[in-house]
Amino acid sequence: MLSIDRSIVEAIVAHARRDHPDEACGVVAGPAGSDTPTRHIPMDNAARSMTFYEFDSMEQLRVWREMDDRDEEPVVIYHSHTATEAYPSRTDISFAGEPGAHYLLVSTREPDTEEIRSFRIVDGVVTEEPVRIVDAAVDPHAVQSYMFGQSPATVDYECSGR
Amino acid sequence: MAIEVRIPTILRSYTGGAKVVEGAGDTLGDLLTDLDSRHAGLKARLVTDAGALHRFVNVYVNDEDVRFLGALDAKLNDGDSVTVLPAVAGGAFGFAAVAAISQHRAAAAGRVAHDAAVVAR
Repeated sequence: MLSIDRSIVEAIVAHARRDHPDEACGVVAGPAGSDTPTRHIPMDNAARSMTFYEFDSMEQLRVWREMDDRDEEPVVIYHSHTATEAYPSRTDISFAGEPGAHYLLVSTREPDTEEIRSFRIVDGVVTEEPVRIVDAAVDPHAVQSYMFGQSPATVDYECSGR
Repeated sequence: MAIEVRIPTILRSYTGGAKVVEGAGDTLGDLLTDLDSRHAGLKARLVTDAGALHRFVNVYVNDEDVRFLGALDAKLNDGDSVTVLPAVAGGAFGFAAVAAISQHRAAAAGRVAHDAAVVAR
């Protein structure tokens, strides 16, 4: 399961909407070994394409070194699909080179709603995982779960203590 | 001649978990051959059967992407630092199209390197 702060998800969605119809991509870094994404780093899509994304190799070197210096790792690697579902393509699977990362996909094909799904991709095997969106800024115990990326028709406020 | 090589997580199974290893060589190709003698299988993850740098990895000498330094022919000096990172790429596009693009880019990078070599002569 990926647990991620709502403000970070909103920043990722805003990035994806801003770059639409091109694919957007980036990283959320977090302390090494914590499995907690804390620092959102939007990256340039060097391919500037509606169907392909690629980190700029020099920007990637700078960002990866910075993470190394801060004892961080790429907890989330995200990109958008702008006309298809938020599911890893064969290309995504071929390139997936961070076995410890959560691969987050955002589909912006619908103008009003985003599909957000998370996957582990290890040795070419894709495993979908639930995304748990945490409202740390509001209430650390308030949780809204997105199972398999489907936007819920109803919101369960039971955990918020209200 | 010692060259420090930084290994990404996904390839540390070849280095016994080590994040940094040392090697020697006058070119990147020589260095990878040297590393492979102690870390068997590592080179095959970085170099294709056709003898080109794999498109799934980025290799840097100091602060430069080796694709702009002649790829496997990039010259190395004592004290250089080599960094290997997994290339981060993908998208909704079909794989065949991506392969075509990366071959095109590899060819373009090869032409740049060739032109640089011609100018140097």
